[in-house]
Amino acid sequence: MSARELIELSASEALRRIGAGEISAAELFDAYASVSDELNAYLWRAEPGAAGGAEPSGPLAGLPLAVKDIFCTEGIATTAGSRILEGYVPPYTATSVERVTAAGALILGKTNMDEFAMGSSNENSAFGPVLNPWDTSRVPGGSSGGSAAAVAAGLAPWALGTDTGGSIRQPAALCGIVGLKPTYGAISRYGMIAFASSLDQCGPLTRTVTDAALLLRELQGRDERDSTSVGIEGGVELPSREDLRGLRFGVPRELGPDAEGIEAGVREVFERTLRRIEELGGEVDECELPHSRHGISAYYVIAPAEASANLARYDGVRYGMRDPDARDLTGMYERTRGRGFGAEVKRRIMLGTYALSSGYYDAYYGQAQRVRTKIAEDFRAAFESFDFLVTPTAPTVAFELGSKTDDPLAMYMNDYCTVPVSLAGVPAISLPGGLAQPDGGGPELPVGVQVIAPAFTESKLLDAAYALEQAIGFDARPPGFGGGEA
Amino acid sequence: MIEREQVVHVARLARLELSEEEIERMQAELSGILEHVDRISSLDLSEVEPTSHVVALENVMRPDEPRPSLPRERALEPAPDPYDGAFRVPSPNA
Repeated sequence: MSARELIELSASEALRRIGAGEISAAELFDAYASVSDELNAYLWRAEPGAAGGAEPSGPLAGLPLAVKDIFCTEGIATTAGSRILEGYVPPYTATSVERVTAAGALILGKTNMDEFAMGSSNENSAFGPVLNPWDTSRVPGGSSGGSAAAVAAGLAPWALGTDTGGSIRQPAALCGIVGLKPTYGAISRYGMIAFASSLDQCGPLTRTVTDAALLLRELQGRDERDSTSVGIEGGVELPSREDLRGLRFGVPRELGPDAEGIEAGVREVFERTLRRIEELGGEVDECELPHSRHGISAYYVIAPAEASANLARYDGVRYGMRDPDARDLTGMYERTRGRGFGAEVKRRIMLGTYALSSGYYDAYYGQAQRVRTKIAEDFRAAFESFDFLVTPTAPTVAFELGSKTDDPLAMYMNDYCTVPVSLAGVPAISLPGGLAQPDGGGPELPVGVQVIAPAFTESKLLDAAYALEQAIGFDARPPGFGGGEA
Repeated sequence: MIEREQVVHVARLARLELSEEEIERMQAELSGILEHVDRISSLDLSEVEPTSHVVALENVMRPDEPRPSLPRERALEPAPDPYDGAFRVPSPNA
């Protein structure tokens, strides 16, 4: 097989061929490692030949994998996209990375991301933005932008990402691939650099729903090093469903096609997807998630509050950079953090510290946590009448680099449809629904559809998403696939 | 609108050095974000329990048995200024 043919294989197909002895792990690895990264998707990359002659064993034997640079990897620099961690080489490896490498996966590289996973465009990386392989003047989404762009562009067959308010699903949507945010607690967070601990969750970015199931199956599980990890009872089954007969799909009015800010092209692809669901035998009906319209408000209190505490550890003492000119200890902390953090991270530390400060705690943090209760109750109530909920993943297709960097609130609105799901802790998958032009015209770009399910029902979610994926038949490749000019 | 003094106070709490320009920008940006966030302040949720965590978990216990942890020299390797088996920092009152 040619290198081009090798990188066009889905992960599960490549796995089958390695198992059958038709291709070798080393040639697959080298095919990926040799594609030129024109998108700034990687912060660190293995050299071709790094897989050696080894023929690994296990359920993912020999499959190369890209890993978001938020996962600690022993002996490999880990920055979380931040200047403050530049040059940091962790002395240990994240559980999720340990699990997939123990299953036989080979690390291709560490992918670029918004600093500490804070962002929806990848423009907040201290190491430059990632470009969208569909149109290099546009963003790939974020914060797992490097992982999404790498998978879409043929720089990796699949990747690990993290999702706090949409950071797997939104870039997957903008790059035309599949992204799954599992139930909170499905996968260990040990060794995953913390942003907002009550929301952060690891998950796969893949080209197919089957690949997402395959990776999730290895990732999920209880880990005694993360007491919030419980795993998925009964594990994960590979999807096989061909229809959606007997399944009820709710379209939340507040997050549906008529919600504020949804582009015309996104609405059209979304409505076409609803018709596909009906053609497959599923029932589609409107439903309500009344408090989800307050999702962004609650999220932008809770996530920054948790972040302000989690990021207190970057103080120039134990790891990362230190400002050399400070004369006293407090000055060292302040100068190190002032120089090491980028604008968005500083903004969120300030916001979170303010919300937690004396006199404001209950008005902001307490109230946001009560809104969170109501949002979670709304989802539970909706799931009494519906098996799944469907929304557009993001309100728009990929937007132009620089178009939202001066307006934090406009940037936050990218996560309007994904944030309530995160606050409720339930699983959701984004799959490509088709292509559409942005409002005002431009190239045709991918649109993602989000399917949401009750907690810990990933196998059913993947099964339904698989049936839908087959019916949609999205197989478009970006112009930049395989390192070519976009 | 948030006062300049509030921005400076919060930055001090967060141990974050901000330039004059950053303080000004932060004043405007935080005010804009908080204005949006304030929409939830009018909701009457006094009877609602706050959610800090979505998975229903009681205390998770494990046996309290000593076991090996990261060796001291490995833990010190990434430090900017390790010295004599410890993390060295500037004097608090220099």
